[in-house]
Parts: sequence; structure tokens; C-alpha cells
Amino acid sequence: MILNEQQLAENNRKSMSSYLAPRVRDIQPSGIRKFFDLVSGNKDIITLGVGEPDFVTPWHVREACVYSLERGFTGYTSNAGMPELREAIAEYLSASFQVNYDPASEMIVTVGGSEAIDLALRALIVPGDEILIPEPCYISYSPIASIGGGVPVGIETTAEHQFKLTAEALEAQITPKSKILILCYPSNPTGAIMTYEDWLPIAELVEKHDLIVISDEIYAELTYEGKHVSFASIPGMMDRTILVSGFSKAFAMTGWRMGYVCAHRDLIGAMLKIHQYTVMCAPAMGQVAALEALRHGMGEKDRMVESYNQRRRLVVSGLREIGLDCHEPQGAFYAFPSIKNTGLPSEEFAQRLLTEAKVAAVPGTAFGMGGEGFIRCSYATSIAQLNEALERMGNFVAKLK
Amino acid sequence: MEELSELKLKVLDLLKEDARRSPALLSTLLGVDEEEVKTSIAELERDHVIVKYATVVNWGKVEDEKVTALIEVQITPERGRGFEGIAERIYLFPQVKSVYLMSGAYDLLVEVEGASLRDVANFVSEKLSPIDSVLSTKTNFILKKYKQDGIIFEERQEDNRLLISP
Repeated sequence: MILNEQQLAENNRKSMSSYLAPRVRDIQPSGIRKFFDLVSGNKDIITLGVGEPDFVTPWHVREACVYSLERGFTGYTSNAGMPELREAIAEYLSASFQVNYDPASEMIVTVGGSEAIDLALRALIVPGDEILIPEPCYISYSPIASIGGGVPVGIETTAEHQFKLTAEALEAQITPKSKILILCYPSNPTGAIMTYEDWLPIAELVEKHDLIVISDEIYAELTYEGKHVSFASIPGMMDRTILVSGFSKAFAMTGWRMGYVCAHRDLIGAMLKIHQYTVMCAPAMGQVAALEALRHGMGEKDRMVESYNQRRRLVVSGLREIGLDCHEPQGAFYAFPSIKNTGLPSEEFAQRLLTEAKVAAVPGTAFGMGGEGFIRCSYATSIAQLNEALERMGNFVAKLK
Repeated sequence: MEELSELKLKVLDLLKEDARRSPALLSTLLGVDEEEVKTSIAELERDHVIVKYATVVNWGKVEDEKVTALIEVQITPERGRGFEGIAERIYLFPQVKSVYLMSGAYDLLVEVEGASLRDVANFVSEKLSPIDSVLSTKTNFILKKYKQDGIIFEERQEDNRLLISP
């Protein structure tokens, strides 16, 4: 009886969605979310759907954090982050990627790279500005741009060009309203990278059309054929680039939410205002851990990169062996094979792969334009699991033919 | 000691994690020809760099658990042969699992395995201590193994990530 009354009360609650801001209400839930609901609770699944390292944060990093907690290091830090950490980040960026930022005025330690992207877009967007986004890409750029009143404009990249951004594709989408270009290389989900030579014509267009670039370089450490080239290191691009990165992927620290953003002091100053009024500072204990990772974590990082590289070779050759076209991913930890020759659209393929073969992968359509006909397979999973997943996928694909 | 090629070092790393990995799998993981991998392994075996492919057993899980002791042994080195001869005399006993020459307060660290405490004690009193050059022994029994050769024995949930994430 009581239950019924509760149900009645529940049913009589009025809908609150009319109070929501339309720009938030109208955001579509991500394709990943939909798929997450399908997968959860499903046993015996091997998942290639995970967008984070399979390593636990190295023990010396965790231990440094625990030690700092024991000593009572639990207060706020300065808004932009601990000065020692910012100095360490500046040294690291200079040594590894030849970009030089002043730790005092050109850098903020953020709550993951995600906050950095939000800060950058909020600081720059005037409603109506067009935000250029090469796709398929990480799922959050377009929604964040929309929340800020921007108009996301997708630029389709293709397997034919190894999912690199080409000058032709970029220029075709530039209008007088274009203001920001969001780059994410090495790419989630395609594994594409951009070389120095690939960047030069893009930089020319950025200059010509007076664009600002938000360069999300969270996968910078995970490249397998040569070192990552930061867009900020391209001649003339430093002041036009907002460099976003963090500790999640390189140091296996996703749950810590430790990122940073570097840019011209005018831009950082504006972003710092938003940051200090919204989050105050990134978590102190995470900052201690991040500092430890930079000071003593490079060996572990190199070992993890070598391990991803080995598994990359395994998965790419395995996917090709079972008859799926797969361009060579040169960065991040994703393979992005084509499933076009199975005749199925991405979502149906992924759903049937899940129910019939018990393997979870994310349909390419979740990542925007150009994703149809592809699936994202994360190879940040054990070799044994990868082998089992490839065998199941092979049987599944053979059955489709 | 020769300097090993980068390929051989990587092969060793991968086999140390799992000795059952096939040359075909190693060649895929390392992006090199399978024949090259086979040659490397053959050379590593020939040169006794790869000594044996053994199984790491958690004997704590087995009912008739064995007793293991670490014995600190002080010895007088022999003229001309140093510690080698005496070390050999000790390590040839099958119940001796490992022998290390140590710096510090004693000379040899000897790992001995037996069916019972008495079994190990007997070995010490009847075989080890009576050796002429052995000056003293100190027996430490191992109560529990947490980690051996980089391998943690406790079972842990290895992957607690979300099944799907962006």
C-alpha cells in the first residue's frame, strides 16, 4: 500500500525539463553512453571499448600521494597549480616537445584535459562563432562548444588519408565566422598522427584565416613511429595555440583528473578567471602525484609505451587477418578498422558483435562524421584478452560472409 | 658478458612475463620476422642466457606445503678457489633451491626447502654445518611468500575499469 502511494507520488512529480536551458537540454547523449548501457551487467564480455590505459598508476606515484596525505598536505594550492609542478611541466614540455612556456603566467593545472578544453572554449567563444572540429574525434568537443553558444562544424577525415587533417578538407569548411580549430592528434579514436610536414599547410591556413587552435595533445607520449610534433612548436603557431594535455594517458592516471593548459598569457589570464571561480584549483593530492610522475616516472612511461606498441602490432595484424581493412594507427591506443565489407552499419555491427560474439567495441558513429563503417578497438587490454577477442571477432566476421 | 641485441632483450622481457608465448606471437608483438625470433631464442638458449622455462608455483595453495628457510652461512674461503668450491658443495644438494654470495655480515645466503621444520634442521646440522670451512649458520624460516621474482602471489582483481569509456 505504502509502495503504491510512493509510486503515485512519483508519477505525480511534474517534469522539470522545461526549466533547463535549451542549449543544454538539446545536447544529444553520446553514442558511447548508449553503448555503455548495453554492455553493463553483461558477463563474459571482452571489452575493446575502454578509453584508458590498462595499467594501474605506477606505485611510486600512488605512494607519493599517500605520503603527502599522511603529512597533511590537504589544503588548496595556488589557483594555477603548485609552482613546482608548473615548473616541472614547463621543463618537460620544453625537453620533450620543444615548446617553451612560462610556468608563472602561461600555464594552469586543470581538472583533467577536459576542464582545460572547457576553459579554452568558454574563454573564447562569442555566440555564433564557428568551431572547426576534424572528425571522427573525441566525443566532448562539439557538446562543449555548443554549451558555450558556438556552432560546431565537423571536418570529415578519411581512411584514405590515414585520418589526417588535410588543408583541402579544412579550407572547405572555413567561413568568415570560423574562429577556433580543435585538434586532437594523436587521435582518439583513429590513432592518426600529424607529422611536421602534415602540420605546415594547416598552419598556413590558421594564419591566413586568423584562427585560434585548441590542440588536445593528451596522447602525445603514445606515438610509435617517431616523436609527436606539437602544433605549438610549428613556426608562428605558439601564440595562436592553446596546448591542452595531461597525465591520464602517458602515466596511466585517468582517475586522478590531472591536466594542464598552456597558452599566451592573455588567454591563460582569462581562463584562470573561470578556473578560480569554478574549481579554485586542481586537487592538491593529484598535483603531488603528477609531480612525482614527471620527476621519476619516465622509465615506467617508456615501458608502458613499448607495451602498447607491441599490442598495437598484434591487434592491427589480427584485424587484417580476419579480413577487416585497418589503416596503421601510429598513436594513442586505438585501432579503427573498417567494417564496410561486412555490409553492416557500425552500430548494428557493434551490437551484434556484442550479443553474438561477446566482444565490446565502440561504433565509429559515436565519434562524429566519417565514423560510419568503422569501429574503435582499444588495445589497452592484456595480450591474452586481445587474442581471445580477435578469435571471437574472426568467427563472427566469417559468419557474416 | 656479451651485450645483448635490443631484440634479444625484448624477447627476454616478453618470455619472462609468460614463457609459453610462441615465436609467432613474439614476432607479431615485436614487428620482426618469425625466423629472426627463433634464431634469437635458439642463441639465448645455446648461450645459457635462457636457462630454463619453469613454472612459478604458489606452494602456499598446496596442502602439503613445503618448508623453506633462508640460511645465512659464514665460511672461510679456500686458497686459490675463494668461495666457488664451497658454494658448489652446497648447491649440489637437491634440497638447496638457491645460493647467493653476499656482501655484508655473512658470505652465502642459502635457500633450503624441506618437507618439515625437522627436515630442514637436519639438513643444517648434518650436511651444512659439518662442512669444514663453514664457520657458522643462522637459519631463518620463511612464513609466507608475498612476491617472488617480481610476481605477486596474492590474487587481485586486475581490471576494474568501466567496460566502455570515451
